[in-house]
Amino acid sequence: MGWGPLTWDAGRDMTTAPTDAPYTYRRATRDTEAPIIGGVAAGLARHLGLPVLWVRVAFVGATALSGLGVALYAGWWLLLPADTAFETGTPGAESATRGGRRPGVRRRLGDVGPLIVLATLGLGAILLVQATLGQGAVFWSIVIGVVGIGLLWRQADEVQRERWITTGRMNPARLVFGSGGWAAYARVSVGVALVVAALFIIGLDGGSLQEARLALLAGGLGVAGLLFVVGPWVFRLSTDLSAERAERIRTQERADVAAHLHDSVLQTLALIQKSAQDPATVARLARAQERDLRSWLYAGEATDDRSVASALRGAAAEVEDSHGVSVDVVAVGDCAMHETLRPIIAAAREAMTNAAKHAGTGRVDVYAEVDDRTVSVFVRDRGVGFDPEAVPEDRMGVRNSIVDRMTRHGGNAEVRTAPDEGTEVRLRLPRPEHTHQETS
Amino acid sequence: MTDDATPSVQPATPVPGPVRVVVVDDHAMFRSGVRSELTTAGAGQVEVVAEAADVDEAVAAIAAHHPEVVLLDVHLPGGGGVEVMRRTIHGTGAPSQHGPQPQFLALSVSDAAEDVIGTIRGGARGYVTKTITGPELVSAIRRVADGDAVFSPRLAGFVLDAFAGTIEVAAVDEDLDRLTEREREVMRLIARGYAYKEVAKELFISIKTVETHMSSVLRKLQLSSRHELTRWASDRRLL
Repeated sequence: MGWGPLTWDAGRDMTTAPTDAPYTYRRATRDTEAPIIGGVAAGLARHLGLPVLWVRVAFVGATALSGLGVALYAGWWLLLPADTAFETGTPGAESATRGGRRPGVRRRLGDVGPLIVLATLGLGAILLVQATLGQGAVFWSIVIGVVGIGLLWRQADEVQRERWITTGRMNPARLVFGSGGWAAYARVSVGVALVVAALFIIGLDGGSLQEARLALLAGGLGVAGLLFVVGPWVFRLSTDLSAERAERIRTQERADVAAHLHDSVLQTLALIQKSAQDPATVARLARAQERDLRSWLYAGEATDDRSVASALRGAAAEVEDSHGVSVDVVAVGDCAMHETLRPIIAAAREAMTNAAKHAGTGRVDVYAEVDDRTVSVFVRDRGVGFDPEAVPEDRMGVRNSIVDRMTRHGGNAEVRTAPDEGTEVRLRLPRPEHTHQETS
Repeated sequence: MTDDATPSVQPATPVPGPVRVVVVDDHAMFRSGVRSELTTAGAGQVEVVAEAADVDEAVAAIAAHHPEVVLLDVHLPGGGGVEVMRRTIHGTGAPSQHGPQPQFLALSVSDAAEDVIGTIRGGARGYVTKTITGPELVSAIRRVADGDAVFSPRLAGFVLDAFAGTIEVAAVDEDLDRLTEREREVMRLIARGYAYKEVAKELFISIKTVETHMSSVLRKLQLSSRHELTRWASDRRLL
C-alpha cells in the first residue's frame, strides 16, 4: 500500500535550507574532520586549492617573523567556522552518522612524517627568533602559554564537533569535556597546567618566588572576578543552547525514524523485486514489512518478551515469517510476562504453527484475554479442519505439545474441530499470583 | 485519479441493486487497488461511483453522488475521516434532502486505538483494516448499507478493552456504559475471528439477534460518556 505518509522531510528541510540560497559565496572553513592542530592549514589549503604542505610551510616560515605565523594561525582558528556545522547529507546518511554507523574522525597517520619535519622547523624558527631577540624566560613562557591555549582550543573543537553529532543532553561539564575520555581530560588538564606555568614563569622572571606567587594570585583573582561578571551570561547562553538543542534533537529523532523506515522499506522492495516470481515469498515479505511499519508508525506494539500480549505478537510474527501466512493477534488486557505463563505462549505458538501448516487458508486469528485470574488464548483458523477421532495416537503434535503441556502446568486446552469447519484451539492458564499490575 | 471526484450528472435517487460507494483515501495507489478489488469481487453488488483524496473532495463527492456507503480512511488531509463525517452529517452546505445519509465504513491501516474509537464515535458504522480481502470487504459494505454494524476482530478487541473494568461512579448512565453479558460474548467471539453466522451458531441465537447485539454495542460505543473511552487508549499501554 502507498508509502506516502512516510516522507518526513523535516530533518532535510532544516539542513539543506542554507545551501539552497540563490547566491552563495565560497567560505573558508576549518577542517575538523581530520585536524592536526586546529584544522586551519587543511581548511585554508582546501579553500585556496593549494597542497596542504605549502600552507603549513608558510605558517612555519611566518612564525620566524616574530611569531607572525602563530598569531595568524590563532586568528584563523578563532574566526573560521568549523566545517561540520555546514555539512549536509542525505537524511539516511545523516541518520547513520548520528547513529554511529558511518566512519567518524579520521586520524591522518600519513601526515605524521611531514608534521615532525614541520615541528622541527618550527622549533628552529623559534630558536632563531630567540637568538636574534634574546628575550629569555618571557619568550619561553609565551611559547608554553601558546601550546597550553592551543590544547584548550583543540578541546573546544572536539566538544563542538561532538555537539553537532551526538544527541545527548548538555550540561556544563559536557560543555568542557564532551563525553569525556582520557584524551579530553588530558588536553584540558595539560592545557590549564601549561597556561598556569606560563603565568608563573612570567612572574618568576621579575625576580623572587614571592613575586611569582603574587603574580599568580593576582591572575587567579582576576579570572575569578571575570567569572563572576560574565558567569550569568554564559549560564543563560548555555540554557538557550540546551533548549535549542532539545528542539534539534527532536527533529533529528524524527528524521532517524523516517530514515529507518525508508531503509527497511527499501530492503523489502529490493527483495520483492528479486522474488517477483514467487507470490508466497512476496506476500510474506510484504506482510513482515507491513507489520514493522505499523508498529513503528502507529501502535507502538512491542513483540518482545516483556508482556503476555507482546510475547504472543512475537510468536505470531515468527510463525508469519516462517510459514508465509498472516496471523492477526487481538489482545484484550495484558500483564507482565512471568515464568509460569511461558507454557501458554509456547502452546499458542504450536497451535499457530499447526494452523499455518495444515489449515490451508493462509490466515490465523489469535485472540488473547487477560483478566485478574486467568490468561486465555484462542487460536482459530477457517481451514480444512480434521476429525479428532481419526488422528492416530502416534501423531503426537496436538496431544503432546499443546494439551499435555497445558495440563502439566495447571491449565487446560481444548481443540474444537471438524472436517471443513476449521479448527479452534482454546488455551487457558491461571495467572501465578496477583502481584502484577492489573490492567484487565 | 481524483478526476472522478468532480461532480457529474447522477440520478438523485439510488437505484436498487449495486451499493453505490465513494472511496476516500489519500493514497492513489490504495484507491485504485480498492476499486479494482471491488470491481472483481463485488461485480453486481458494489459500484464505486467516485473517489476522493482529502476532506474537501470527499464532502463534495458525497454531496454530488449521494452514495449509500463511504469507505473512509481514518487519517486524511484536512482533518481526518472524522471531519468528513462531521461536515456531511451536520451539513456545512451538503444538502441531504436528496436521499438518506450515507453510511460510513472506516478502512484504515492505522491501528492506533484512539483513532479507531474516535472514528466510530464520529459516526462510522464499522471499522475494517486495509488487509481485508476483497470478498470480505464487499460483504462488509453490503452489511453497512443495510444499516448493520461491522466489527473486525481488532475493533471487537478495542471495544472489550474500552468497556473492561469496573465503573466507580454511580452517576454514569449504566445502560450506556456497560456491555451486557451477551454483548460481551458476541464481541469476544468476533474478536476470536468468528463470522456472524458462526457467532449465531455458537450462541444458539439467530443471525438477526447477533446483528441487534452488534448495533447495540455500536450505539453504546458512540454514545457512552465513559471517560475511559476517550482516555483508555493511553491507559491501556501502561502495562
